Amino acid sequence: MPEAVAASVSPVSTAHSRVVYDALKSAGVRLMSALPETWLVHLIRLAEDDPEMTLVRLAKEEEGVGISAGAYLAGVKSAMLMQNHGFLASINGIVSCAQLYRIPLLMLMSDRGSFGEPDPWQTEGGAVTEDLLHALRIPYQTLDEAAIVEHRVHQAQTLAYSSNKPVALLLSRDLMIEGSGPAAVRRV
Amino acid sequence: MTRLDCLRAIHPALHDRAVVTIMGAVAAELQAIGHRPNFFYLQHAMGLASSMGLGIALSKPALPVVVFDGDGSVLMNLGGLTTLARYRPRNLTHVVFDNESLLSVGGFPTATSTGTDLAAMAAAAGIPRTTTVRTVEAFTEAFREAATSRDLTTIVAKVEAVGPSAYVTDLALLENRFQFQRYLRHV
Repeated sequence: MPEAVAASVSPVSTAHSRVVYDALKSAGVRLMSALPETWLVHLIRLAEDDPEMTLVRLAKEEEGVGISAGAYLAGVKSAMLMQNHGFLASINGIVSCAQLYRIPLLMLMSDRGSFGEPDPWQTEGGAVTEDLLHALRIPYQTLDEAAIVEHRVHQAQTLAYSSNKPVALLLSRDLMIEGSGPAAVRRV
Repeated sequence: MTRLDCLRAIHPALHDRAVVTIMGAVAAELQAIGHRPNFFYLQHAMGLASSMGLGIALSKPALPVVVFDGDGSVLMNLGGLTTLARYRPRNLTHVVFDNESLLSVGGFPTATSTGTDLAAMAAAAGIPRTTTVRTVEAFTEAFREAATSRDLTTIVAKVEAVGPSAYVTDLALLENRFQFQRYLRHV
């Protein structure tokens, strides 16, 4: 009998979710569309509990492209919260709505199926995420340490608005999952 | 009835609303009747006209928003009906011109030609006010009632599978996009 593979049970970091949420809020985001996945639960709850934030829970991530486009044209800054597979599900909307019409998007996507991923079903999506971002010429950075989150979120927002294009931020396992980051590493 | 007749009948009422249309015949016909700076034509991303309408409606709750959609587009984003219902923007009227086909690519029949009922699907998704209309009079009345009801409404207008002779217009996509944004900024 094959051994059962243990499901990942490490807790999602509430502290780092707060850092990401606060960074988005301080960047002026007032609407978030979200299709939940494990790593996003605290972020979504923070949006839900904040009377100053409009949270739109989606049936499919691609809707978030249209919602963000409408919000942007109406003067409201928004962010899309999704898993990298949600990015895959959104690609036609990203290309033929946001890119075609030069509309900024701020896309935060949890980077599943990458280094440290124990869930086999995530691995195909993880293998193609960065190649697809490259192919679509979407600028992206990885958020892997709490200390650089606010800076990178603000810079992503600035670039999205100056270029009128989608920009992505990958939420890494090191940032979002407690106990998975390297011990005592400082980067300049 | 024709989509063109429906659009002509309500065109005067569109001056003070944000209007988003999906691509194809509805965009070309609305523009032919008379383009206004408050009209945005989503010339691709089928399915997302209603999502864009939701984003605008949530961002500007005092502004009436109208989405002109098609059966093909709605079928591509059925889940979006549940999201619309969930957030129930009171200022949004969702019009679906159902000609039972994907007209601009050659007239292939969609599932509404073999029994799929989009108004029923919208109602089952939770949209509070839904109706199917088959005459211009009924369409005009439903459109007026949607405005006075101040609630989320989906109107499915069954129209003939006819369209304009040309789909490319002289309004550039980006020109439209920037003008529409400017309109929303000052409304």
